Amino acid sequence: MDRILNVENLQVSFHTYAGEVRAVRGVSFELGRGETLAFVGESGCGKTATAKAIMRLWKPPFVEIKSDSVVEYNGEDVMKMDKKRLQSLRGNDISMIFQDPMTSLNPTMTVGKQIMEGLQLHRGLNKAQAREEAINMLRMVKIPVPEKNVDSYPHQLSGGMRQRVMIAMALACQPSILIADEPTTALDVTIQAQVLDLLQELKTQLNTAIILVTHDLGVIANFADRVQVMYAGQVVERGTTKEIFNEAKHPYTWALLNSVPALATENKQELYALKGTPPDLILPLNHCPFAARCEYCMGICREQMPEETTLSGTHKVSCWLEHPNAPKVESFYDRRKK
Amino acid sequence: MGEYLVEAKNLCKYFQVDRKRTLKAVDHVDIAIRRGETLGLVGESGCGKTTCGRTLLHLYDATSGEIYFDGKEISRLRGKELLEFKHQAQIVFQDPYSSLDPRMTISEIIAEGMDVHLKLSPKEKNERINELLLAVGLTDQFANRFAHELSGGQRQRVGIARALAVDPSFIVCDEPISALDVSIQAQIVNLLIRLQRERGLTYLFISHDLSMVKHISDRVGVMYLGSMVELASSEAIFSAPKHPYTQALISAIPVADFDGEESRKKERLEGEVPSPIDPPPGCRFAPRCRYATDICHKEMPKLEEVERGHLVACHHCLNNHS
Repeated sequence: MDRILNVENLQVSFHTYAGEVRAVRGVSFELGRGETLAFVGESGCGKTATAKAIMRLWKPPFVEIKSDSVVEYNGEDVMKMDKKRLQSLRGNDISMIFQDPMTSLNPTMTVGKQIMEGLQLHRGLNKAQAREEAINMLRMVKIPVPEKNVDSYPHQLSGGMRQRVMIAMALACQPSILIADEPTTALDVTIQAQVLDLLQELKTQLNTAIILVTHDLGVIANFADRVQVMYAGQVVERGTTKEIFNEAKHPYTWALLNSVPALATENKQELYALKGTPPDLILPLNHCPFAARCEYCMGICREQMPEETTLSGTHKVSCWLEHPNAPKVESFYDRRKK
Repeated sequence: MGEYLVEAKNLCKYFQVDRKRTLKAVDHVDIAIRRGETLGLVGESGCGKTTCGRTLLHLYDATSGEIYFDGKEISRLRGKELLEFKHQAQIVFQDPYSSLDPRMTISEIIAEGMDVHLKLSPKEKNERINELLLAVGLTDQFANRFAHELSGGQRQRVGIARALAVDPSFIVCDEPISALDVSIQAQIVNLLIRLQRERGLTYLFISHDLSMVKHISDRVGVMYLGSMVELASSEAIFSAPKHPYTQALISAIPVADFDGEESRKKERLEGEVPSPIDPPPGCRFAPRCRYATDICHKEMPKLEEVERGHLVACHHCLNNHS
């Protein structure tokens, strides 16, 4: 794997009046060129916090990225970059699409201007060239009549079109990594399908690596190469999409897979619902974060943090059930077969 | 007692945009909901699902058409009878963050409707509030809290308790789960199903989450740009959709199953939903439909029964394309 991003022991804390919220607690992962990695988990599990930390979008002093965190882009230490290098990193090397296309575009600028901004800044194009390129980008993301729509304001476009503009803007400087933070959550299914098809197409065309932040397992099954499941600021399981869907080992992953009704399930059957809420991230956590909600919880789960067990070259899980002395349990798959 | 609790015929709800233009949010829709069933209503944003739900509850005045509730035409109801209708028909709103008054305690929110409809003594009222909180899976400790102290799922439970407070027989659930996390969604859907079993409620379940709609509904109606294009049992809609729009909509659902994903055939809709302001004559879906012929652009197809209990509004449905 040609590695483009390496993250080790990433820790992000929010300093609030109530205390230090440790939102990301030691996340490590690698990303290969042209690969799609999905982050999945409930709200507040640290998906977005991790994604934004990669670009150092968090501002001190209220948000702190701990000093022993390592983020390396192409072998270069992002944590040590100066302001100037950071600015060229953002947009040029790594760019981001945000969740809500309604609020993340500037309402007072035409979409053309917003795309041109990055092009002029990062690629040193003059105004006319940038405009030409902006029109090309809009054509690439399949905006109808790009020559005309380049002068539209965001409010004149629909939600799906705005998200396309966001994608055009993010890809304008041909970054090698695209971070897509819930790119389709605010969209209808048919538009979602269009946007995902578009991303897939552009990915093969430009060989961009994508970090996809989402809570929609359906989108992941369609789109991602690898998945990491996050809970309470930690990665609890990681693997290829196939491994996560067909051979998941962590009870939390089972719960996630289980709470979506499959189109084949019996109607009005009781859906599996995870009880309780994720732990308060202000409090220290020195045992398995999922223990309180886990139906397989054992004594040791409440005492010690499980180590990450390697099941295959790509598949790793942090759960005491994988310990050689742990009892065999009936998994989600065994139950589903019944 | 008729078979249907709620029945609407030729229901229209237009909004006047300005002097010349009209937005036809709901255009000649027929809808009938049986007692004790859940009718799902799906479609993309702006297709008129919510307007339809609210018009059925008389929250909007229908532009034309008739709505019968328990056999009575609701636009003619006045005074006591109207109050009785409002007592029977309630709504759960989409966004639990903005639909609860931040200055009222949970018990005040739940009690508000009871004060109007059921004249209870303070003691009875308190008992009832506690009973409702338990029924929706909260405890009486929540009674004196404010909405901001609660999580999204807890708030939605309060929203449901508020709707249940006056013992309605019909509840419109307007996207009750779309603002919630997946694991919380399952909890709320389980709660709605349980309450329906216990209390014999009738639901109109509006959502754009098709797999959830399939799970909870007995029958499903699909709306496109203000008109109902297909209405059938939830099994039929998902396994054998007949309208080209429904087919495209179903194939767009991303399924959380790795193996099934590759084998499913994918149909993609081009473009987006056109504006509902002064739509062209003929079938609303014609401009995006790949089976469209001349007649589709001229004449609006009627919702007709093509199989037992399976209604479709399409000119080409019988000489089928599938």
